Amino acid sequence: MNQISQTSAGPGLVEEGAVRRFLRATEIDTRMLGMFGALILIWMGFQIYGIVYNGNGAFLTYRNLWNLSVQTSSIAVMATGMVLIIVTRHIDLSVGSVLGITAMLMGVFQVWVLPQYLGLGHPMIWVLTVLFGLAVGTLIGAFHGVLIAYLQIPSFIVTLGGLLVWRGAAWWVARGETISPVDANFALIGGGPYGSIGYWGTWFVALLGCVAVVLMLASGRRQRARFGFPLRPVWAEVFLAAISAALIVGAAFIANEYFWPVGIVKQYAAANNITIPEGGLNISHGFAIPVLIAAFVCIAMTFLATRTRFGRYVFAIGGNPEAAELAGINTKRMTMLIFALMGFLVGISATISSARLNSATNALGQFDELYVIAATVIGGTSLAGGMGTIYGAMLGAVVMQSLQSGMVLVGFDSAVQQMVVGGVLVVAVWLDTIYQRRVK
Amino acid sequence: MNATAENIQTETRTPLVEMRDISIAFGGIKAVDHASVSLYPGEVVGLLGHNGAGKSTLIKILSGAYPRDGGSIMINGEEANINNPRDAKSYGIETIYQTLALADNVDAAANLFLGRELLTPWGTLDDAAMEAAARKVMGRLNPNFRRFKEPVKALSGGQRQSVAIARAILFNARILIMDEPTAALGPQETAQVGELIKELKKDGIGIFLISHDIHDVFDLADRVTVMKNGQVVGSARTTDVTKDEVLGMIILGKCPPGAVPGPGAARL
Ligand SMILES: Nc1ncnc2c1ncn2[C@@H]1O[C@H](COP(=O)(O)OP(=O)(O)OP(=O)(O)O)[C@@H](O)[C@H]1O
Ligand SMILES: [Mg+2]
Repeated sequence: MNQISQTSAGPGLVEEGAVRRFLRATEIDTRMLGMFGALILIWMGFQIYGIVYNGNGAFLTYRNLWNLSVQTSSIAVMATGMVLIIVTRHIDLSVGSVLGITAMLMGVFQVWVLPQYLGLGHPMIWVLTVLFGLAVGTLIGAFHGVLIAYLQIPSFIVTLGGLLVWRGAAWWVARGETISPVDANFALIGGGPYGSIGYWGTWFVALLGCVAVVLMLASGRRQRARFGFPLRPVWAEVFLAAISAALIVGAAFIANEYFWPVGIVKQYAAANNITIPEGGLNISHGFAIPVLIAAFVCIAMTFLATRTRFGRYVFAIGGNPEAAELAGINTKRMTMLIFALMGFLVGISATISSARLNSATNALGQFDELYVIAATVIGGTSLAGGMGTIYGAMLGAVVMQSLQSGMVLVGFDSAVQQMVVGGVLVVAVWLDTIYQRRVK
Repeated sequence: MNATAENIQTETRTPLVEMRDISIAFGGIKAVDHASVSLYPGEVVGLLGHNGAGKSTLIKILSGAYPRDGGSIMINGEEANINNPRDAKSYGIETIYQTLALADNVDAAANLFLGRELLTPWGTLDDAAMEAAARKVMGRLNPNFRRFKEPVKALSGGQRQSVAIARAILFNARILIMDEPTAALGPQETAQVGELIKELKKDGIGIFLISHDIHDVFDLADRVTVMKNGQVVGSARTTDVTKDEVLGMIILGKCPPGAVPGPGAARL
């Protein structure tokens, strides 16, 4: 629906090769394959570069891949919201600054305010803080939305102003002071050994994921069969299920092969009266909590974008705002809601970021807007509006973060990092325009 | 004589739509200037006029796309409150816009149900049901249409127009506005739309038909209203005037004896 579908044969399609037939049957879009290809190239590139120049390939290690997953979470969550914004022909330049102010307010709330009433370390502190943060983010987003939709100030200007205003406000909240450490329970949301779900939890989630994939494919098929529409061949369904399951299981395996650092194991063993055996004790991290949050957001946002009225309206507005209005869609209200949703997602990212850092600083989230927009655009969301996918943006976020942390890992300095990231963005979008023209 | 008798009879019925003294200006241009038109149940009224005469603007006021500067709209004899397209739809007004007003990036079914999606019991989009309904209604208009999975920007001009027409008739309209509905259609499809209009008429639906094809209008319309420079030149039953007289109204603003003159009629 929101993609140029390659699935239905037009009258002019005659001969097609095996590859094409395969892609058509499975309905895998080639753009996503391209992105996977690019990702694998980047990963291999850093690995090989590391082996050749530094003597060890530090990129493709369990540890680094696990870290990469955690680092990606915050950007990925915001990128899913940016998809809807860009699809409706808007832009949000303020997400980094809104993240900053939200994190600062959450920091103040949980460190300075709540302990006064609940006592330090109260188990409700993290819950209230998260709710507070989500509310703050949503309100700021909704405020932007009102200015854009009802006062008709261009989103570029509103959020450019927001970029400055909220960054300033983030400093102003605590006069530039860093608030640290945050509530201990809250910090778990950022990942780390205790902020991960461990060996069995990870396998359980993986199993759940596999079951969900199978159920989804089955229900889609049943739905189409109900009206006698053409179905995918069974082998294609099986193939899709197998590939998805393999990816989930692979991710679970990697997360479980990354063990707790020795120091933490010792601490943990001492605290729980466990004697560490001869060869050392291997405790798996498993999936980190922020990664699970990001995965859940991805699923929820995909559902919202493709299965609900709200999502349908987002794409219709992006395709033709005037037509959407004439069809009776309240486009102003939709715009406001989309920005409020973006703010809500920024609230989630602010939680993840400050929890991961175990502190709130006024610089938190600086330049995030650029990474989020880059991830979204690399993920195939068209700046002309009307086109984009959530999973594409997620994948785009992984690509951006892989580049970023890969360069840190192999020791590029930050000047080079910036140049590479900027260059990659431009090249990626250029390749995409070529691809789009070929599809048409 | 006969015509006069019918006129009197018509006037005793309540019009389905009565637009009175409608005005709207864009900047300095009076796009519609104190125009009045009416429409009775089961009637087709042809709106004619040169390019830029104000036909589309007038009906867009009825469909809620533009807010009017002055005048009133009566539906079934009661003042109607139409401020946006949603209001108009709630009065059973459906519109085929000259620009079609389709969301180009989604498929035919999504366009047909835009703003009125079918939902599953869980509140999610019921795409399969919408596609099934789309196949049914499109089969009636354009039996050769097959491209249900494609975004409508991939369709031909005529196919897109069929989608726009299908959308307007899908929801049991009582008042149908067709702004050049057959401009892009082939002869077979045009004939089909003609048949469709006759069918809808039988069901008591009132139709405003805007067209530059005066032969089509004479085939289908019961009355014509001619506009010139935003003003109504006059209205007439198609049985009371000839095509040449109507052409005279369009081009010269000259109101023939068989027509009721409006404010835009040229003073002779
Ligand atoms: N949105 C707008 N903004 C400014 N001027 C407009 C707008 N819409 C219409 N106009 C002006 O109003 C006048 C009437 O336009 P309208 O589209 O109603 O003409 P029309 O009778 O439908 O012509 P056509 O036969 O070419 O479709 C024109 O002079 C046009 O330039
Ligand atoms: Mg017009």
